[in-house]
Amino acid sequence: MKNLALSPLQAFLFLVVLVSGLILAVIGSGNGYFQTFTALTLINVMLAVSLTMTNGFTGMFSLGHPAFMTMGAYVAILFTYPVGRKGFAMPALPEVIAQIHLPLPLAATVGALVAAFMGWLIGRLVVHLQTHYLAVATLGLIIVVQTFALNLDGFTRGGRGITGVPREASLWLIGICTVLIIVLCWRIKHASLGRAMLAVRENEMAARCFGIDAFRLKLLAFTLGAGIAGFCGALLPHVVSVMSPKSFGLILAFNLIAIIVVGGQGSIVGAILAALFISVGSESLRMVEESTGVYGVTQVIVAVALISFLLVRPKGLFGLKEPLIRSS
Amino acid sequence: MSDYLIQQIVNGLSLGSLYALVAIGFSLIYGVIRLVNFAHGDLLMIGAFMTFGLVASDMVPWAVIPLLVLAGGFLAGGLIERIAFRSISGAPMITGFIVTLSASIAIQNLALILLGSQPRNFNFPEVFRMRFPIGGADVALIDLVIPAVTLLCALALTTFIRKTRAGIAIRAVAENPFAAQLMGISIGRLVFLVFAVGGALAALAGLFWSGKYGQINPLMGFLPGLKAFLATIIGGVGSLPGAIAGGYILGFSEIAFVGFLPPEYSGYRDAFVFGLLILILLVRPQGLFGEVEQERA
Repeated sequence: MKNLALSPLQAFLFLVVLVSGLILAVIGSGNGYFQTFTALTLINVMLAVSLTMTNGFTGMFSLGHPAFMTMGAYVAILFTYPVGRKGFAMPALPEVIAQIHLPLPLAATVGALVAAFMGWLIGRLVVHLQTHYLAVATLGLIIVVQTFALNLDGFTRGGRGITGVPREASLWLIGICTVLIIVLCWRIKHASLGRAMLAVRENEMAARCFGIDAFRLKLLAFTLGAGIAGFCGALLPHVVSVMSPKSFGLILAFNLIAIIVVGGQGSIVGAILAALFISVGSESLRMVEESTGVYGVTQVIVAVALISFLLVRPKGLFGLKEPLIRSS
Repeated sequence: MSDYLIQQIVNGLSLGSLYALVAIGFSLIYGVIRLVNFAHGDLLMIGAFMTFGLVASDMVPWAVIPLLVLAGGFLAGGLIERIAFRSISGAPMITGFIVTLSASIAIQNLALILLGSQPRNFNFPEVFRMRFPIGGADVALIDLVIPAVTLLCALALTTFIRKTRAGIAIRAVAENPFAAQLMGISIGRLVFLVFAVGGALAALAGLFWSGKYGQINPLMGFLPGLKAFLATIIGGVGSLPGAIAGGYILGFSEIAFVGFLPPEYSGYRDAFVFGLLILILLVRPQGLFGEVEQERA
């Protein structure tokens, strides 16, 4: 294995070639189903990698990604929804915004910024909480955000959901973002910032004795994770063209946790592999579900598999290690 | 007092009792193994469906059903411990946490497969739905039975914890698990016991919940379970009186929010509850009755 290991630069080039090759092949195939599936898988990879940073590096246990995704999605849709139909779908929207139409990358960035800002605000309140409390507080956050999305129906159409979101999220856009986010998280992990985060995770008190501002680091990881989640959330409805308050909920939070647990808490390569594995796995199970009509089997299998996996490898596949890549 | 106020107080009392019943289990389990059992809320669902099945089968007299539900909850709670939790004892806290979360997802989806996602209507016999006036307000009997039974359970449990050998052992483990083991206490058995007792109470809460709201579905346990955990946090995790007090505080404030604000806000009920949680965690992270655990390096 040692000899096969790539240097980080080689790994980066490999990643770029892999992603662009995949996208070229999928677009070339002209198969709409494959294109959607690839887009969703890549977004899962981004989510998993960002959650690896938020939770894996700092040792926090946030389940809040779906909440920030919902925020990012609704904010982005405000700017990408066809101007002509906005007055009908979102009557409460101020005239100024109703007239604006932004291309998706810009709108998604706005969504990400809003989500990051909210993450920063909420993070100031919750990041100091211990494991269980943070998990419950962020789980609660999902419900709070869903409640607001359901009730602010002047902006969100409430429980009916928004349909006809323009399918503007091209595979290339998603692919580029995936690579950028992986590189960002990789750089953070291997810079002093990441090492400080890992120190906080291993022993917060000891880290603080070395002068590391644990609160600031956790807040940073939380905010950054919220921003990336908001960005992914903004992309998703532009792939599947619908958005509803329940689009991103507990099941998604759980699947993301499953991915980073399987990958190993803090391993980026592990998170990517696990995201690919679980996306492909649950998609094939979903097809079985649809053909047999037994809905819910996928989640049962994922949950049972996760429990049994943890029995065998409590630290995930790779722990903190990055397999196949030489440490520089 | 106006009738409306009395009505709201009775509502708060009955909702608070339900939260308290579920919260007690969270607190018991946390006290012994410092773990939040995420699947706990689903025991409420299991209890509800057990009641539904027993009533529909029409084979058992009414007085026996609550006892059977208690027994079923006891078994189900214990089973969760045996299957999901026993095997990972000794693993880091985060693993236990993920395992109970997985168990919860598995139970919910198994229930979806076996029972279907359609909500079912469910009603208690006429006796419990009987309404009678108290000081001008129109109160359902069930809303008085729930607090009464909860009180009874709380008293029984307190006596159990104070007086019996097992109860004393539970307190000893909560105080210092290592020293308790040195005294010959088998922690494994106690863990089973607290999961089972908590499960029994949650299943009983499920019976009441289904009777009070008249509708049950496989995902019904999640939100009440989460809210009951909030009640536990409000009261101080690990403290029994705290869990009960927290349940009532949460029940009353939720009813007050819905009952005394203009109706257009009532959709924000759940948002309000979780906002309250974050507020309380900020002001008093250890809860009302909890003790501060010193962090040691």
